Amino acid sequence: MLKTLLTGTALAAGFGLAAQADTIHIANIAELSGAGAAAGSVWADGVHLAIDEINENGGILGMKVDMAEYDSQTDPLQSRALVQKAIDGGAFALLGTVYSSSTVVNMLVAQQNGIPQFTGSEAPSITSKGNPYIFRTAFGAQKGMPKIGAFLKDTLGVDKVAIAWANTEYGKGGHDAFTNVAEEMGLDIVADVPSEQGQADFSADVLKIKNAGAEAVFIYLTEEESARFLIEAEKQGLDIPRVGDTVLASQKVIDLAGGAAEGALGHVGLSADAPVPLLKEMDAKFTERFGYRPDHNAIKGYIGAYTIKYGTEIVGEIDSQKLADAMHGLCLDAETYPGVLMDICWDETGEVSRESFMVEVKNNAQEITTILPPN
Amino acid sequence: MAELLQILVSGLSAGAIYALAAVGFTLLWQASQTINFAQGEFVMLPAFFVLAGMTIFGLPLWAAILTAMVLSLLILGAMFKKLIVEPMLPHGTLPLVIATIALGLLMKESVKEFYSAQGQPFPTLFPQHVLDFFGASISVQDICNLIVAFAAIISLQLFLGRTRTGRAMQATAQDPRVAEILGVDVKRMVMYTFLINGALAAIASILISPVYLAKFSNGETLGMIAFIAAIVGGFNQIKGALVGGLLIGVIDNVAAVYISAEYRAAIPLILLIVIIMVRPQGIMGTSEGRTV
Repeated sequence: MLKTLLTGTALAAGFGLAAQADTIHIANIAELSGAGAAAGSVWADGVHLAIDEINENGGILGMKVDMAEYDSQTDPLQSRALVQKAIDGGAFALLGTVYSSSTVVNMLVAQQNGIPQFTGSEAPSITSKGNPYIFRTAFGAQKGMPKIGAFLKDTLGVDKVAIAWANTEYGKGGHDAFTNVAEEMGLDIVADVPSEQGQADFSADVLKIKNAGAEAVFIYLTEEESARFLIEAEKQGLDIPRVGDTVLASQKVIDLAGGAAEGALGHVGLSADAPVPLLKEMDAKFTERFGYRPDHNAIKGYIGAYTIKYGTEIVGEIDSQKLADAMHGLCLDAETYPGVLMDICWDETGEVSRESFMVEVKNNAQEITTILPPN
Repeated sequence: MAELLQILVSGLSAGAIYALAAVGFTLLWQASQTINFAQGEFVMLPAFFVLAGMTIFGLPLWAAILTAMVLSLLILGAMFKKLIVEPMLPHGTLPLVIATIALGLLMKESVKEFYSAQGQPFPTLFPQHVLDFFGASISVQDICNLIVAFAAIISLQLFLGRTRTGRAMQATAQDPRVAEILGVDVKRMVMYTFLINGALAAIASILISPVYLAKFSNGETLGMIAFIAAIVGGFNQIKGALVGGLLIGVIDNVAAVYISAEYRAAIPLILLIVIIMVRPQGIMGTSEGRTV
C-alpha cells in the first residue's frame, strides 16, 4: 500500500514537473481599473489576443504561455508591489504598465530583479534613466513632438499655440518635449494649462485657451480626459485646430467623445486605420473577439506579447538576461515576424523606432493623411 | 468682462448640479440625521441605469431616463431607507455613516464589475450650440443645465413651503414627536425625503454625465464636492446647500482661470477650512434648529 502511494506521489510529482517544464510564465500588469482603465484594459485585450494566438500556434519554443494578469488600479505604488509579486510568481518577462506614472516607479523593481519589461508608456523619462531591462512597444513622446511641431508650423501655419496637458509623468514628459520643440520652431505658447489625472471638469481649461488668442491647441491628455476636453471644447465652441499626439485621435477617444472628436488632428504611432495589411488583419480579429475596434494601446499590447515570443526564440532559451541583452539594437521586420505588425527597431535605451502617421478624425474614424518615416 | 461672464455661467452650471447633490445631503440630515457618504455614488449610478436601459434593453433615451428615475426612487430612495437607514439608525449616527461609506464602495465596485471600469459616453439632452452674449460665448447646454437644476430646486422649495405635505415634512424635520402628536405621518414624511433625494441624484446624474462621461468612480469627486458645498452653505438649510454648490462651481472656475489650474482642487478645501473657522454653521446656516 505504502509502495503504491509512494509510486503514485512520485508519478504525480513527475507529471507536475513535466507540466511546469512545458509552460513559460509571463505577467501582464495593467490599469484594469481606476483613471487609466480606458488605456490599460484595452492594452490587456491586445495582450490576450496575442497570447491566445501564440498558444494556438505552438507557444514559445514549443512551450505554452501561462500569463498572470494583475490590476494596478492605476496606482503607481500598487503597480510596484504587483511587479514584485509577478516576479516572485516566476514571470520571466513582464508586460505593462501603460501609465508612465506607474511604469517609472515599477520598472525599478524589474530592473533590480533583472527581468525584461515591455511597456506601453510613452513618457520620455522611461528610456532616459539607463534601465537596461525596459523596452517600449511604441516610441516615446520626444520622438513625435518634432513631427507635430513641423505640422503646426508648416502645414497649419500656426504661430500661437496653447497646450493642455496632464499633470502626470506622461503629461509632463510630453509637455516638456513639446515646449522644447515649440521654442526651437518659434511657436509662441500663449496658454499652458495643466490638469489633474481623472479631472472631470474642463470648462475653465477650455475657456482659458479660448481667450488666450491661440491659433491651435496641442492636447496631451490621457483617453478619458481627452474626450472630456473635446466635449467641453465643442460645448464652448472652441473653433481652432485641436492637435494631439497618439491619444487624442485614438479610437477610444473617438468612441468616448463621439461627434466632439470630429476634425481632431493627431500624430499616431499605431493606428488600426493605417494602410498596413497586418494591422488591418489584427483589427479584424480584435474587433470580432472583443466587439470594439483596437486603439494604439491594444496594438501595443499585442506587439509587446509577440516581441517576447520573437525575442525569446531568437535567444533560443528561457533566459531573462539573454532576452534583455538581445533586445538592445534588435530590429524585427514584419514580413518575418508578423506579430510586430510593422517593421520595428529598439535602440540601446529600449526606445523604439518605427514609421508613424498623421491622422484626422473623420466620420468617427481615423483617416490617415500622411505616412512619416521612422526617426 | 466677456471672459468673466463665461466663467460665471459655466461655474453656475456646474455649481447648480453640485447643489442638487448637496441639497440631498441636507434633506437626509434634516429628516433623519443621516449623513450619506454614498451621495456621490447616488449621483453616479442613475447614469448607468440610463445606459443599461439603452444598450441592454434597447430603450430610447427618454424611456431610459424615465426608467432610471423610477429605479432611482426605488433603489436610492425607498430601498436605501428600508434596508440601510432604518436598521442602522437606532445604533446611532456613526454606524450609519460607516454603513453609507460601505454602501458607496459596494455601488462603485458593482458598477465596475457588472458594467465597466471604463468611462462611457453618455448622450446629451440639449443642443450643442453656442450663443454670443455681449461678446461672451455661452453654451446652450450650460444654460439648460442651469435651468433644469434651478427648476428642480425651486420646485422643491415651493413643494416644501406651499403644500400641506411639504409643511408636514418641515414639521417632521423640526420635531418628529410634536409632528406625530399633531397627526403627521412621520414615517411617510421621512420616506418622501428619501424619495426626493433619489430623484435629485438622478437629475444631477443625467445632467452631468454627458460632459463628465459615465464612470464608476465619478462619485468620489462629486460626493466630496457636494459634501463641501453642504457644509460651506449650511448643513441645515436647503438654500445653504444651493449657495454652497453655486459658490464652489464658480470659485473652482475662477481659480482655474485666474489663479492656478494646477492647484484648483485645493481652492474648495481652503474655502471649507475658512468657513469652518469663521462661520462653522455655514454661510446660510443657523447655529441651532433645523428646517427643510
